[in-house]
Amino acid sequence: MSDVLSGFTWLLVFQCAGEALVRLAGLPIPGPVAGMALLFVALLLRGKAPGALAAAAGGLGQHLSLLFVPAGVGVMMYVGQVAAEWLPILVALVVSTVLSIAATALTFSWLVRRQRDAQAQDRT
Amino acid sequence: MSAQPFFELWVYLAATPLAGLTLTLVAYAVAWKCYQRTAMHPIANPVLVSVALIVAVLWASGTRYQTYFDGAQFVHFLLGPAVVGLAVPLAREWGSVRKLALPIAVSLVVGSTVALVSTVALAHALGATPATLLSLAPKSVTAPIAMGIAQKIGGVPALAAVFAVTTGVIGAALGKYVLDACRVRDWRARGFALGLAAHGIGTARAFQVNADAGTYASIAFALHGFIAAVLFPLGYALLVRGA
Repeated sequence: MSDVLSGFTWLLVFQCAGEALVRLAGLPIPGPVAGMALLFVALLLRGKAPGALAAAAGGLGQHLSLLFVPAGVGVMMYVGQVAAEWLPILVALVVSTVLSIAATALTFSWLVRRQRDAQAQDRT
Repeated sequence: MSAQPFFELWVYLAATPLAGLTLTLVAYAVAWKCYQRTAMHPIANPVLVSVALIVAVLWASGTRYQTYFDGAQFVHFLLGPAVVGLAVPLAREWGSVRKLALPIAVSLVVGSTVALVSTVALAHALGATPATLLSLAPKSVTAPIAMGIAQKIGGVPALAAVFAVTTGVIGAALGKYVLDACRVRDWRARGFALGLAAHGIGTARAFQVNADAGTYASIAFALHGFIAAVLFPLGYALLVRGA
């Protein structure tokens, strides 16, 4: 079996396992997220991702934006609702996205700098 | 020669999954070319351009979304395995991620809270209906997870997917300017912020700009999806029971 195909098979196997886990245990999370958690644990136990799996995951990752296109086209079904409430929708989407990017980046870089300075101080 | 045979051919093709699938891939190929021609200008986001092209074609030809989606669902389906595959970069970078556990954990909580609270507060203040509000709430989480969350809290899943994709495009388009204005130059912080606020579309943008930014974006994207999927429905259940 080709590399990418066997890697893709593993992704589907873990997605199925995730779906099964979610249904059987009644977890409140989507199946693929549970599958991701299971694969993450498996990879940590194994130490390194097999090349085929890395190739399949990387291939999907490279074209990640393509995968969102069909859901995005769905906007045409909700033109009426979006037009009726365009102001709250537009403001909430734009302002909240800008705020969360700024808050996340500033918090992250501030904490990384603090951690680095603390380590530098330990060494001196 | 009459146009009748071509019209019949179009009617036949438009009803098969082949048309929707081909349209999606061709539109994306065109959008990708535009993106490269503009030296990856954030505003020429490939998702935005593809969606605009496809909607224009569907409207012009009078094709329903459902008919289009019969073909496009094969692309949409791949979101599941793509989410599972996020475990790979996360596990690969686990060594360096663990050293930055504190910045990652704290900015994850701060970013997620800011995204959720500001969305709900703004939409509520400006008079959004409950269905819209609950579909907007998970907007910074990737589309398939946002759909799952919206379903659990009483929003409209398909609308939540649209808002999530729109948020991704906004974040990928404006991220550079916001981050420059905040004077954050650390690629890890820039990537992490994009992945958190603009999920997979922000992550795709981050990977195109810088490898470190891409890795930290996928970490934020994966972790945010994970904690939001667990905490949003729980939080909503508590709120509803408390009220």
